[in-house]
Amino acid sequence: MAFEKVLTKDKNLPESRKLSYYEKVGGYRAWQKVLKTMDPEGVIDLVKDAKLRGRGGAGFSTGMKWGFVPKDTEKPHYMLVNADESEPGTFKDRLLMDAMPHSTIEGAMIGSFAIRANTCYIYIRGEFVHEAKVLEVAIAECYDKGYLGKNIFGSGFDLDMYVHRGAGAYICGEETGLIESLEGKRGWPRIKPPFPAIEGVFRCPTIVNNVETLACVPYIVENGADWFKSIGPESGPGPKLYCISGHVKRPGVYEAAMGLPLKELIYDYAGGILDDKKVKAVIPGGSSVPVLTADELDVNMDFDALAAVGSMLGSAGCIVMDEDTCMVDTILNITHFYRHESCGQCTPCREGTTWAEKVLKKIKSGNGTMRDIDLLYEMSGNIGTRTICPLGDAAAMPIESFVRKFRHEFEAYVKKEVA
Amino acid sequence: MKLSFSKDAQKEFEEILTRYPNKRASLLMVLHLAQREFEWLSKDAMEYVGSLLDLPFSEVLDTASFYTMFKLKPSGKYHLQVCHTLSCALRGASGLCKHVHKKYGIESGEVSDDGKFSLIKVECLGSCGTAPVVQINDDYHEGLSIEAFDKILNDLK
Repeated sequence: MAFEKVLTKDKNLPESRKLSYYEKVGGYRAWQKVLKTMDPEGVIDLVKDAKLRGRGGAGFSTGMKWGFVPKDTEKPHYMLVNADESEPGTFKDRLLMDAMPHSTIEGAMIGSFAIRANTCYIYIRGEFVHEAKVLEVAIAECYDKGYLGKNIFGSGFDLDMYVHRGAGAYICGEETGLIESLEGKRGWPRIKPPFPAIEGVFRCPTIVNNVETLACVPYIVENGADWFKSIGPESGPGPKLYCISGHVKRPGVYEAAMGLPLKELIYDYAGGILDDKKVKAVIPGGSSVPVLTADELDVNMDFDALAAVGSMLGSAGCIVMDEDTCMVDTILNITHFYRHESCGQCTPCREGTTWAEKVLKKIKSGNGTMRDIDLLYEMSGNIGTRTICPLGDAAAMPIESFVRKFRHEFEAYVKKEVA
Repeated sequence: MKLSFSKDAQKEFEEILTRYPNKRASLLMVLHLAQREFEWLSKDAMEYVGSLLDLPFSEVLDTASFYTMFKLKPSGKYHLQVCHTLSCALRGASGLCKHVHKKYGIESGEVSDDGKFSLIKVECLGSCGTAPVVQINDDYHEGLSIEAFDKILNDLK
C-alpha cells in the first residue's frame, strides 16, 4: 500500500500555522469527538490499541503510559509536552511546531483529557524563540474558539495550556529533568521510582509526551486504531518523521511509514551522499545511539529492526558521514557534547564524560597509546547504566560503538599514521 | 543601582505568575524576561528577580547558572551563537567561527572591543537539516556559507 503523508500532509507555510486552515483540513474534529462521545478510558484504550509508541527516543507505549496515572487521587494531574528537542541530529518537532502547531496542541488536549489533566504545559527549548511564539499564537486562537478554557463545549471539562520556555540544557529533554526545570530549578533528573505518572511536577501525577507522539493522536481518533496499525510494522506502527543530516545532498525532515529502509532514506529521499562519495558511517537515531558502518545499512528504520542490529531508532535523527570523515574527530565531537550537557549529579557520567574527552583529545593529538583505546572501551562500560538518567548511556553507547567498529582509525593516530 | 521592571514587563510578569501553582515555577520565564529587560543577569538583576519571587539570590543563581542561555556576564549587542555539534561540524561550522575570529578578533566567550559582537560556540541548536546554523540573538540563520554569513554580519548595524 502506498504511503500517504499524515503529519506533514497539510504543511503549507505560513497558512498552515493558522487555526482556520487547520480546521479546514479537518482539525479539532477529533477533539470534539473525544469531548462529546468518549470517556478517558476509551481514549487510553484506543491509543493502546493503535500501538502508538513514543517518538522522543524511548519508544514506550503511549497508551500504557497514560494508563499509569492513578484514578483515585485527589491531586491535580498535569500533561507536559516535551518540546525540548535537543538530541543532535534531530529537528522534526521544530518543523511540526512551526508548520503545524495545531496538530500537537490538539493531541495534547486529547492526552490531557485521557489522563484527566486540567493543565498542560508545552516545555519548549529556549532557543526556539520563533516556535514558542507560533505556539502561543495558536493557543490564543484555541481559547478564542472555545477549544481551551472552562467547560469546553459544555462537556464539563476544563483545560488550560501554557508555553514554558527552557533556557539551554539538553538534559531537560529527560522527563524528570524537564519536570525539575518546569518547577523553576536546575534540570537535575530525579531518581525513579516514583515515576512521573504517580509523582511528577508539583508532586502530582504527570505525563510527559513528545511533540510528534502527540501529533499522531488526533489522526488516530479520527481514523481509528486499525488504520494506524496498517501503516508500517505491527510492533510499532504509524507515520514517522525522519530527520537526515550530515553528508547528504538533500538533508531535511521526511515523512514516511515507520520502518522505512535506511538506504531508501539516504539515497532516495536525501538524494545520496554529497559529491557522490561513498558512505563511511551512519548514526541512525540521534547522536546517542550506536553507529552503523557502511556494511550495516540494510536495515529498516523502526524500533525492533534497529535494535536487532545493535542500534536504536531513538529520535530518528539520522546523521550520515562520508568516506573522508575522521571517526576520531566525530566521536570527540559527540563526547564533547555529552560532557558539556552532563548535569553533574552522577559521578560516572560527570567524571566519565570528562575523562573520555581528555583521552580522545590525547589520541587525536598523537600522544595516545594502545592502552588508551582499550581504556575508552572500558570507560564506556563504567558510565552506561550506572546513572540516575539515560544521559550516561547516551554518552557511553557511541564511544563503545565507535571504538569497536572503527578501532583501526584510533590505532592510526597512536601509530602516528595520521598527521 | 536599584533595578525594576518597566510597566510592560511588570504586566507580563504578573501574567506569567498566573500560569503556575507557585512562584518558584515561574523562575525560568521571569529570568528570560529579566534578561530581556536588563540585557544580562547581573547580581542586581538576580536579586531583583529573587525579591519578586521570594527567593534568596543564591537560589536564583543556582538555577540561572545551570542554563547556557542565561547570560551571567554582558554579551555583545549581537550575540553570535555558532552551533558546533556534529551535523554542523560536518557541514563547516568551524569555518564560521574562524571567520568571526578573523573579522572581529574574538574567540568563543569573548566580546569585541566596541561591544557590538560576542561569539559563543553552542551545542546542537536542533536545526541539523540546514547546517551549519548560527543563532544571532533570537534569530536562526541556516544553511550558511562563509559568504552568506559575512553578508549577514555586515548588515548588522
